Amino acid sequence: MTQLPEKTDRKMGLVIDLDTCVGCHACVVSCKGWNTENYGAPLSDQNPYGADPSGTFLNRVHSYEVQPESGPAQLIHFPKSCLHCEDAPCVTVCPTGASYKRTEDGIVLVNEKDCIGCGLCAWACPYGARELDKAEGVMKKCTLCVDRIYNENLPEEDRVPACVRTCPSNARHFGDLGDPDSEVSQLVAERGGMDLMPEQGTKPVNKYLPPRPKDRLNEEIDILAPLLAPVVEEPKGFLGWLDKALEKL
Amino acid sequence: MHPAPSIIAFSTFSGLGLGLLFWLGIDPTAPTGWVAFAFFAIAYALAVGGLISSTFHLGRPERAIKAFTQWQTSWLSREAWCAVAALVTMGIYAFLLVFFDTQVAILGWIGAAFALATVYTTSMIYAQLKTVPRWNTVLTSALFLSLSIAGGALLSGRVTIGLILLLVAGGLQALWWKTGDTRFKQSGTDLKTATGLGKIGEVRAFEPPHTGTNYLLNEMVYTVGRRHAQKLRMIALVLMLVVPVLLLLLPYPHIFGLLAVISHVAGVLVSRWLFFAEAEHVVGLYYGLR
Repeated sequence: MTQLPEKTDRKMGLVIDLDTCVGCHACVVSCKGWNTENYGAPLSDQNPYGADPSGTFLNRVHSYEVQPESGPAQLIHFPKSCLHCEDAPCVTVCPTGASYKRTEDGIVLVNEKDCIGCGLCAWACPYGARELDKAEGVMKKCTLCVDRIYNENLPEEDRVPACVRTCPSNARHFGDLGDPDSEVSQLVAERGGMDLMPEQGTKPVNKYLPPRPKDRLNEEIDILAPLLAPVVEEPKGFLGWLDKALEKL
Repeated sequence: MHPAPSIIAFSTFSGLGLGLLFWLGIDPTAPTGWVAFAFFAIAYALAVGGLISSTFHLGRPERAIKAFTQWQTSWLSREAWCAVAALVTMGIYAFLLVFFDTQVAILGWIGAAFALATVYTTSMIYAQLKTVPRWNTVLTSALFLSLSIAGGALLSGRVTIGLILLLVAGGLQALWWKTGDTRFKQSGTDLKTATGLGKIGEVRAFEPPHTGTNYLLNEMVYTVGRRHAQKLRMIALVLMLVVPVLLLLLPYPHIFGLLAVISHVAGVLVSRWLFFAEAEHVVGLYYGLR
């Protein structure tokens, strides 16, 4: 059903730390690896070894340059996947009921057997979280690795989304964002976790932790600057002669 | 947004066909016999042809029937219901007119209402999308409805009302373009809110996630042809408004009327192409594009 649940028992989601993400794209690879052979249709590639390769991914890492008013520019790596919004616009537009939001944990899923591939849900999503698989003709999206997180056949440490499990810099965290005492909720409160495009009114469950303020080396130097000023402004002696001689050449 | 030919053809032709059905439905002295047959055949060819072409862009057209289930939330599902209701009601109305010379006015009125409702639901598929600020306005529905009714009036040979409706539709089109140009900015969504990094400073897309293209860029970040947008707008307006109005003012309504219809349809097709090609989806921001 494409009517959104009024309330979900839990709000399972991701917290992504933009301070520690190093932009290695390991989450992209592990996501594709897990999801191409588990839940639903495989994630196909088109012309993968040709001149114009493309393919379906559920998670992609952008990189942005941010220029503060003063100081050097910062490079911020920015993983982006489905935010499992509370007010998911992709769900309500679906004409067939293939898209739905689960009442028990808030995960937004696509029932691929009902999907007609009209693409309207991808239009309705402001984040570009949904991609139509060219080979299968159905919509693909992040499932929050629904086939891992409850899977008792896996060792307990593996019962998290593939992207979280693989992240080498611990920039991805998984948990219940509806429980204020959960580790992820604490992290969001502590670090000022934020929503993407809050003005779109989607109420994303996934949160992003902003980069911490950078050290400013030049501020330290300013205090000692008078003491560190060069003793000799103009070179004298041999160096002075060399300077003048080279100047005249 | 990617201007898919099947969607452009669908919305243009089914809009015209439904507009013609609207006028046939409310006509107090509707045609009967073979004249009625000709009118309804044209209307159904346009409306049904358009609806069929809309299924060509589906990834899984064989499951299209499932689109009837979610009418409670989905405008696309509501469109499916309204279209079937309009075509069935008008089908019975037409059958009685063609074969029994009998006009059941109430059926015509109901069919006409469903015909307009179908056009409205089509427009709402686009107008509901906050992600495409250019479409996200009641003007989109007004534009679709006015074009459908004006086109229907032209097709049904109503010269005076057709002229007035053409001018209304042309005015709405111009207004839609003018206000549309600033709506993305007014929406308040930019790369700063998209990334949440605006508090630190100016944000610039440094490196995309991949070297090639992807579904999102092909489908929602269509930038080709925007640079000719102003010229195409003039062409669209001349074809859909100026030429038909001049032709309608000439004598010999049948020949010039037909030319007026052809010119109008060509103009609406150009306008509908621009409707998609010019529309910017907010996801383009993540790629440093619009």
